[in-house]
Amino acid sequence: MSTLTPSAPPSIPSSGRGRRSSPGSWRWGDRLMLACAWIAGIGLCLIAGAIVVYMGVRGIQYLRPALLFSRPQVSANQAGSGGFLDPLLGTALLTVIGIAVALPLAVASAVWIAEYGRPSWLARVVESCIEVVAGTPDIVIALFGLSVFQLGLFAPFSFTAEGGGVYGQSFIAAGIMMSLLALPPVFAATRDGMQAVPGHMREAAFALGKTRITTIRRVLLPSVRSNVATGVTLGMSRIIGDTAIVLLLAGGTPRIETQGSVPVVSLLRGTGSALTTYVYGNSPAGEGEAPQKAYAAAFVLLVFVVLLNLAVSRIGRSQTDSTGIAVAGAAV
Amino acid sequence: MLERLRKPWPDNRAERTLGAVSLLICIGVLAMVGFVAVRAWPIFEHNGISWLGPGGSLEVQIANMTAAGANAPAAVFHLRAWPFIYGTLLTSTIAVVLGVIVAVLSSVFIVELAPERLRRIVIPVVRLLASVPSVIYGLIGILVIVPFVGNHIISPGEKESVQNVVQLTGGGVGVASLILTLMITPIMIALICEALIAVPPSWREGAIALGLNPLRAVRAVTLRAIRPAIVAAAVLATARALGEAIMIQMVSGGKSFSPKPIDGIVFLFEPLRTLASAIVDYHEGIGAPPLRAAVYAFALLLLFSAFVLSVAGYLIKLPLRKYQTRG
Repeated sequence: MSTLTPSAPPSIPSSGRGRRSSPGSWRWGDRLMLACAWIAGIGLCLIAGAIVVYMGVRGIQYLRPALLFSRPQVSANQAGSGGFLDPLLGTALLTVIGIAVALPLAVASAVWIAEYGRPSWLARVVESCIEVVAGTPDIVIALFGLSVFQLGLFAPFSFTAEGGGVYGQSFIAAGIMMSLLALPPVFAATRDGMQAVPGHMREAAFALGKTRITTIRRVLLPSVRSNVATGVTLGMSRIIGDTAIVLLLAGGTPRIETQGSVPVVSLLRGTGSALTTYVYGNSPAGEGEAPQKAYAAAFVLLVFVVLLNLAVSRIGRSQTDSTGIAVAGAAV
Repeated sequence: MLERLRKPWPDNRAERTLGAVSLLICIGVLAMVGFVAVRAWPIFEHNGISWLGPGGSLEVQIANMTAAGANAPAAVFHLRAWPFIYGTLLTSTIAVVLGVIVAVLSSVFIVELAPERLRRIVIPVVRLLASVPSVIYGLIGILVIVPFVGNHIISPGEKESVQNVVQLTGGGVGVASLILTLMITPIMIALICEALIAVPPSWREGAIALGLNPLRAVRAVTLRAIRPAIVAAAVLATARALGEAIMIQMVSGGKSFSPKPIDGIVFLFEPLRTLASAIVDYHEGIGAPPLRAAVYAFALLLLFSAFVLSVAGYLIKLPLRKYQTRG
């Protein structure tokens, strides 16, 4: 514990004249650090501002309403390659699937950890597992998804070739893997919210003769609703911003291609792309050399992310105990 | 069905159901490790652990793997992936070292120095930087920064000096590490700020009362108290940096080249590939079993290091819990 309690103050500032210490009387090292801290803080703001302004300028320059509502087309030049309606819908679909899978799993396990958690070693194992998921790179999750959905067992979930080869690429495959991205933030937010609920609320419910699970359903879950909302929003911004999983698992067709004839199932089994892979594909790193389209789509993507961020701060403001900076993936 | 849901649930059955759902997540994680390991196995079978080391031309090895059909001879599985591992370590190390400095300074700024008004701007800004998708960082990198570096910062003389070995376009170690720094700094700031806030204010006040100026008090007392948190933040940020794929793939020049520090300043402009960006690059060829095994071996290595780093982060943070009450 010697690190925690400094044995003696290292040195007393040489100038003891002024009652109030102003930076002018500090040592050079301290002044330098003060300057660096200000530069770092302001610099981050400037960089973020530069990114937003630059993307905004490019977005206004290249984004036309027609781009949002026309479907992409395979074409050699930028003028003929259409808009990005399908990637936009793909992003929405993936977000819905990802959240729909992640939300029940995350809330159920958070409730179990916070309210039951017996045996305690198992609770610790579950928490560590979620931490592992949070630390796993998205590209590894994508490869895992590919290996799972290429199993013959999951053939109904994805496009299947004539000879029986399963490609393992579909919206449902990508969406389920996306849920692994959203799981940790939702879990962490719900668990922290449950643990912050004062014990007398539970005791009051028990005194009224409620069982544990009824207390959870009627008292605790309603009171942590805003925490869950924060977690879901963070999870959504992770899903929307993810490229690797869509690149490997969604099939990469520019348009949404359905498989089969059953209405909803054919869409879920179908392939397509999302905004992120559209940006990636149209940048010089991908095949299509269409930087203007990439800028326009990236601008739309950034607008979504900024909106989700605003939503997080909005929800956070209504919570009384928000002190820290909620960053997806860092809070687990 | 709905009627049964509305009625009060039996308590013990609810506990078991919730526990089962939680177990499902554990099974999922185990399945992830299992699936990736099984698919990576051929590489370990043919190379043992020595595929992590250097040897031969990686480009040639990968080309052989891509060309091999379903019944590939054992020789095709020969892999020495050191350039990718070196690239991963190089970018992550530079990014984390730079990132820790920036993160500590700006956390001190946010928690101790900034006036309330400014703080209300900086915190959302940090949150925004954390949630900007990597593809947008990559897009700005490849369309703005890489051409700028290639046209204005690298002199023609520098390009000629390594002409016979590698073409310099601008993308490479420098740009990739800088953008990576920007991407991992917000996570570190979030963790360090959390720790800074939790330090009892009386400690710092005591130091000031002893005659230290406020900044020296922060340096001598507060930062020293949260040293484990800084290390833990660096470790978690390393995990994030190792796995970054899309941005690196876009700005790193896309060549399996090992940047050589011996080249002096040109070193910063030399292209490289990391494990994660190699996966992005080669994922289309994984119909070929040898290449598939190689790609999954890279993924297994990433998974393993993420796991080790997360355990390390937990162990480092343990001493903090002794005096911090959470929640």
